[in-house]
Amino acid sequence: MESEQAVFYSRLLTELTLSFHIIYATIGVGVPFLIFLTQWLGIKKQDDHYILLARRWTRGFIITVAVGVVTGTAIGLQLNLLWPTFMELAGNVIALPLFMETFAFFFEAIFLGIYLYTWDRFRDQRKHMLLLLPVAIGASFSAIFITMVNAFMNAPQGFELMNGEFINVEPIVAMFNPAMPTKVAHVVSTAYMTSAFVLAAIGAFRLLKGSNHIYHKKALLLTLKVGLVFSIASAIIGDFSGKYLAEYQPEKLAAMEWHFETEEQASLTLFGFLTNGDEITFSLEVPYALSILAHGNPNAEVIGLDQFAEDETPPLYIHYLFNIMVIIGMIAMIIALFYIVGNALNRSFIMNRVFLWLIVSTGPLTILAIEAGWWLAEVGRQPWVLRGILRTENAATTSNHVDLMLLLFIGLYTVLGLASVIVLTRMFKNNPVEQEILDQQRNGR
Amino acid sequence: MSYVSYEIIGIVVLWLFLFGYIIVASIDFGAGFFHSYSVLTNKHHIISNIVQRYLSPVWEVTNVFLVFFFVGIVGFFPSTAYYYGTVLLVPASLSLILLAIRGAYYAFTTYGKLRSNWWTYLYGFSGLLIPASLSIVLTISEGGFIEESNNQLSLQYKTLFSSPLTWSIVILSLTSVLYISAVFLTWYANKAKDRAATALLRKYALIWACPAIITATGIIVELRTHNPVHFQRMLDLWWMFALSGILFITTVYLVWRKKSYGLAFSLLTGQFFVAFYAYGLSHYPYLLYPYLTIEEGFTNEGMALALIIAFIAGLCLLLPSLWLLLRLFLFNKDYVEGKIK
Ligand code: HDD
Ligand code: HEM
Ligand code: HEM
Repeated sequence: MESEQAVFYSRLLTELTLSFHIIYATIGVGVPFLIFLTQWLGIKKQDDHYILLARRWTRGFIITVAVGVVTGTAIGLQLNLLWPTFMELAGNVIALPLFMETFAFFFEAIFLGIYLYTWDRFRDQRKHMLLLLPVAIGASFSAIFITMVNAFMNAPQGFELMNGEFINVEPIVAMFNPAMPTKVAHVVSTAYMTSAFVLAAIGAFRLLKGSNHIYHKKALLLTLKVGLVFSIASAIIGDFSGKYLAEYQPEKLAAMEWHFETEEQASLTLFGFLTNGDEITFSLEVPYALSILAHGNPNAEVIGLDQFAEDETPPLYIHYLFNIMVIIGMIAMIIALFYIVGNALNRSFIMNRVFLWLIVSTGPLTILAIEAGWWLAEVGRQPWVLRGILRTENAATTSNHVDLMLLLFIGLYTVLGLASVIVLTRMFKNNPVEQEILDQQRNGR
Repeated sequence: MSYVSYEIIGIVVLWLFLFGYIIVASIDFGAGFFHSYSVLTNKHHIISNIVQRYLSPVWEVTNVFLVFFFVGIVGFFPSTAYYYGTVLLVPASLSLILLAIRGAYYAFTTYGKLRSNWWTYLYGFSGLLIPASLSIVLTISEGGFIEESNNQLSLQYKTLFSSPLTWSIVILSLTSVLYISAVFLTWYANKAKDRAATALLRKYALIWACPAIITATGIIVELRTHNPVHFQRMLDLWWMFALSGILFITTVYLVWRKKSYGLAFSLLTGQFFVAFYAYGLSHYPYLLYPYLTIEEGFTNEGMALALIIAFIAGLCLLLPSLWLLLRLFLFNKDYVEGKIK
């Protein structure tokens, strides 16, 4: 096989594995936090519904964890198999957070094992709840550490390059690179946000399917409150991400905003289609907005694509990805706000079928926003793997069998994806919450 | 103060985690195999309970041991990513797919109540294929299977699969998995006061003891022709292998006389520990014959120090947690005997 083909298939396989892993990983970061919150509320309010909610979420969570773990193991090993040159180079500088991530996994795995099997072992429920704390912390920290690695790929620092080798390496400086604060904050906050909307979608779906139990309404209100808080946080942090890009990766910002000429008082291009390379149609121009997004000042100058060599400009389709992400974020925020306000004012529209379907849609949509966001971040870094240092085409394996491996992994993810959906639906269909509440009452609890 | 270099600390620590993985994963893979085998022969009512009680809380922890090893080795020895990463694409991807199927299947059946005998067989037998496919890495590290031409590394599949060394290591991995697992589960079943299971598993332990030791010896003989340097270094460490042999004999004796299964399992761990480190020591200084040594492949000093500090801090967090896990499930009488959930 030509090495160009090896690069092409390596990219496809990396994209595939990461896009699949990120679904389960995001849920893995956010859901333990929500379970903890719910169990805590249940104990505080002495409300068995919340405890049951935590218990049922945990049962579903363990399935997504399993798929998260196996796909995570796959991507961890695959990065070495598909990008050996990159890992050799990067390993010298950024191995520290990767290494610390495994400790976070360890911590999470141990306590998850304990938590799962000790629901009825402690007389004091609070003790059992505390076991979840390391799970939630471990999961969030694995996201933090891995995102630090990814931030380093965007803003490498903490070393000097001499004859292709890294010298004077400072691992801590590499970890705390300029891309790190916004990236880590945005990833963690969107993970909490997405998990909340996914769980809200399940609650809304049960209500639509005829259940009218107060249990689901409590679940819905709680998850949408969390969703609202973190969607606002995500938008604010997203704005800071834009400011980071303007300063450190202007080519990414210019490509995602279709900003061709360097200018002051730049306007923001929303929506639109690109024809003939650089003609924008059907777009909405918001005057000054890009200067505000990039520098917080309507008169500031924003660097355009004219400043960059053609072979160092990222693909322009990332504009669509950016729009998808932002629009979904806004939609989810508004829906959550309407539900919470409607609930406080005792309005009936919140139980309207159309509105409930809208809530159901936020689950898949926020997952889509996560995918769009990552594709934006990663494709926007091209042609670099390590920005300014190592180009993607020079980092890939030279092995001849990547295409075959791609097919095998497509098969694997199809099976895992389908199986996890089937198992999850069966699990909750065969054991509806009404039945479980009745069982509990009969057992005198 | 005697001076121990960072790369030695690094490799000793990594070797320890690989050893940890081999023990816990062997128990896991072997248990899966015995479980499927018992379904096949209609004896599953005897042992499946024991297997499930032990495996359920720990399966994710087993996986992390592996992740720790491969993340750690790339951290301490980044050049391994280049050498092994390039040549292992196919074998490691196959191991990954097997691991994924097995891990997911376990969760789906245990927590998701998905049941079918056909899957149980797949689960059991994939547990044997995984050690076989992972053990290829050890074979490759002995050198002679990689070709380097115009700056490109490639694995010589034909040489690899026609070498007796490859197959001896594969068979060793299988027999050890079954042996380690059987001895452990005998102990566990005995603690659970499950007589029938203890008897059955004790029988398996004795059956697999002999093949395990014969294949292990066979590999040393194979190495004599395949890698004389390594062979010679192993002879220099003969006393370690002898110690390992004594531990083996004591273990078998205890299991045979139905005495202190707990001690038997500790001795077995000791046997593998000594042999594993003797093997590692004799492999020194090569990470990959003859391309890569520990010194050449090592990361820079700044990173090494950072990793070691992170490791110590991590252990302070980890050891108490692991102790808690073991105390609640492995050493908790009521849990093991099935009196509490
Ligand atoms: C539910 C998901 C979600 C939502 C609603 C948003 N984002 Fe986002 N965004 C992500 C999920 C995400 C992400 C998946 O977490 C990314 C990918 C990589 C990263 O660092 O975070 C991301 C990256 C990302 C980047 C690129 C950062 C980089 O490449 O370094 C920018 C500039 C923004 N976001 C900005 C925003 C703005 C202004 C938003 C809204 C108002 C917004 N995001 C909502
Ligand atoms: C430690 C963190 C990460 C590392 C080391 C890493 C590494 C890489 C590498 C080597 C590539 C190849 C370049 C290419 O295919 O063009 C890549 C691309 C990509 N990565 Fe990342 N990545 C990281 C985090 C993530 C995460 C968390 C995601 C989210 C799902 C992600 C999504 C992608 C996507 C979608 C591409 C394809 C981009 C393209 O082909 O243009 N990455 N990444
Ligand atoms: C290149 C990028 C990535 C790599 C190499 C990677 C690696 C891994 C590995 C090896 C595991 C399995 C650990 C185990 O055995 O328990 C895993 C699981 C996990 N990963 Fe990733 N990961 C990546 C991206 C991400 C991102 C971006 C997030 C968070 C936003 C994330 C969050 C998680 C979580 C929470 C788990 C635990 C499983 C779960 O709870 O679902 N990972 N990852």
